[in-house]
Amino acid sequence: MSAELTAVLGVGQTKYSSTRGDVSIAGLCREAAYRALEDACLDWKEIDAVVIGKAPDFFEGVMMPELYLAEALGAVGKPILRVHTAGSVGGSTALVAASLIQSRVHEKVLTIGFEKQSESNATWALSLPQPFSVSINAGAGGYFSPIIRQYMSRSGAPELIGCMVAFKDRQHALKNPYAHLHQNDLTFEEVVDSPMLWNPIRYSETCPSSDGACAMVLGNEASGDRAENPVAWVHGTAMRSESNNFPGRDEVNPLASRQCAADVFRQAGITNPLKEIDAVEIYVPFSWYEPMWLESLGFAELDQGWRMVEDGTTSLLGGELPVNCSGGVLSSNPIGASGMIRFAEAALQVRGMAGDHQVDGAKKSFGHAYGGGAQYFAMWIVGAEKP
Amino acid sequence: MTDPNSPPASLSQQVKIPESISGLEPVRSVRSPIRLVYDFVPSPPVQEYLRSYSKKKILGHRSPIDGAVFVPPRGVDPRHGVLIEESVELSDRGHVGNFCVTHLPIPGRDDLDTPYVSAWIHLDGASVGFLGLVAGCENDEVHIGMRVQAVWKKEEELGNTAENILFWKPTGEPAVPIEKAGNRAWDQTNE
Repeated sequence: MSAELTAVLGVGQTKYSSTRGDVSIAGLCREAAYRALEDACLDWKEIDAVVIGKAPDFFEGVMMPELYLAEALGAVGKPILRVHTAGSVGGSTALVAASLIQSRVHEKVLTIGFEKQSESNATWALSLPQPFSVSINAGAGGYFSPIIRQYMSRSGAPELIGCMVAFKDRQHALKNPYAHLHQNDLTFEEVVDSPMLWNPIRYSETCPSSDGACAMVLGNEASGDRAENPVAWVHGTAMRSESNNFPGRDEVNPLASRQCAADVFRQAGITNPLKEIDAVEIYVPFSWYEPMWLESLGFAELDQGWRMVEDGTTSLLGGELPVNCSGGVLSSNPIGASGMIRFAEAALQVRGMAGDHQVDGAKKSFGHAYGGGAQYFAMWIVGAEKP
Repeated sequence: MTDPNSPPASLSQQVKIPESISGLEPVRSVRSPIRLVYDFVPSPPVQEYLRSYSKKKILGHRSPIDGAVFVPPRGVDPRHGVLIEESVELSDRGHVGNFCVTHLPIPGRDDLDTPYVSAWIHLDGASVGFLGLVAGCENDEVHIGMRVQAVWKKEEELGNTAENILFWKPTGEPAVPIEKAGNRAWDQTNE
């Protein structure tokens, strides 16, 4: 028996910002959930189950927040399920929600990812001393900087490609009212001149620290057919993971990433991603990850992804493959929501509801998230038409 | 499209403030640092590894499947799901597989002046790297493949800890070619 067709019926986001001091975590999540229901033209009571994801509990210090959030998310008397896969969690949370529809366990599922970074310190939460090694790593940037350095060495990419990605994504963010960073006067020179934090990563090439939540309502084929607003149909879903340190590991282009991409493209019947995908939302918390993932995912040849940045292929302004039209993780990073934002933005593109950052006529789009030491992957492909 | 900056009307109903506190500035957040202190009991291989540091030795574990050497030793080869019982003593020399020049201070390491170099050190005879501080040269002289050697604490200061190695300094030996540096070395020798 084939899987039930699954549709994105609604998307809801909060305005991402450094501090949402006016709401609690519950208020933040409820705002996104409310908007997703509104977009889906559904009421809380029509939802069968809630699937929620966020990054590690110790960021905000609220253990198992799904329990305390059940009432705010209308989940009393319904199943509520927590997903945790580090930074990729927003993506894998959406995929777990989709699997509940695909398997015909439920007909309509609310899924939500959130982070309230203002109530935590993620960089230092990720720099916990380990008893069996020296304490020397400074947060995620400290971990990814050597991998980026290796990519730069082996690809021979020009030094300022990362700055070009950062500048492009911040320009895209100006077209997205929900984006955290709206740097109207930012110049490319300012990006280049910003201080090094984790050489070769500059301050301007890193994601901000954001509060925010993103929610989606997913439904089965019948609810997709009945929906008042356009829906996005799920064409493929895949998750993979691997250890972050083993002999021969390719840290730049992890095997799990390649296998995950191969699986999701096979499901969607896509053989030439660059030609067949119209819009891409990939998880780029540090600028250089745009060309790195474009290669790993098969949108570019190995060591050639940077050329797509350099020649403007990934720009919303006339590029063949606009990447992160929303402004991406580089412009908004509520960690636990960031993956879901990628998935939701991919859905908005094929629904034709992305507003000023809409790619004209987008029919198929790709959503992506990664986490941990570039070791957890979640991907989906959504389309305007049924698969 | 809804206005991102105004919360949905049904969610923004005003809370009724009691008269006794109505004139006060509302408290929006309370900063309350939390801390969790716990005792770490290392597994037997990690105990052996940490104790060997007090003798200025670095132990690894050799996989019975393909001879890959893991450091720190964990008692298993996670790729194959098999136990590892064979310990090997590793050289305190190796090369920089990769590195980061960090410009941020990190908590608990007030002794580190920024910028400092944190590097993946690949010991001679090991098949994976571990993190270490590289010093004893200018930061911009550090490169992928650079040969390094451990600089140990004085004998009387040695404990059961990896912190016995103060930092890794350049040896001046010819560098490992980039295509064989770090994890790339394993692919080269086993394919």
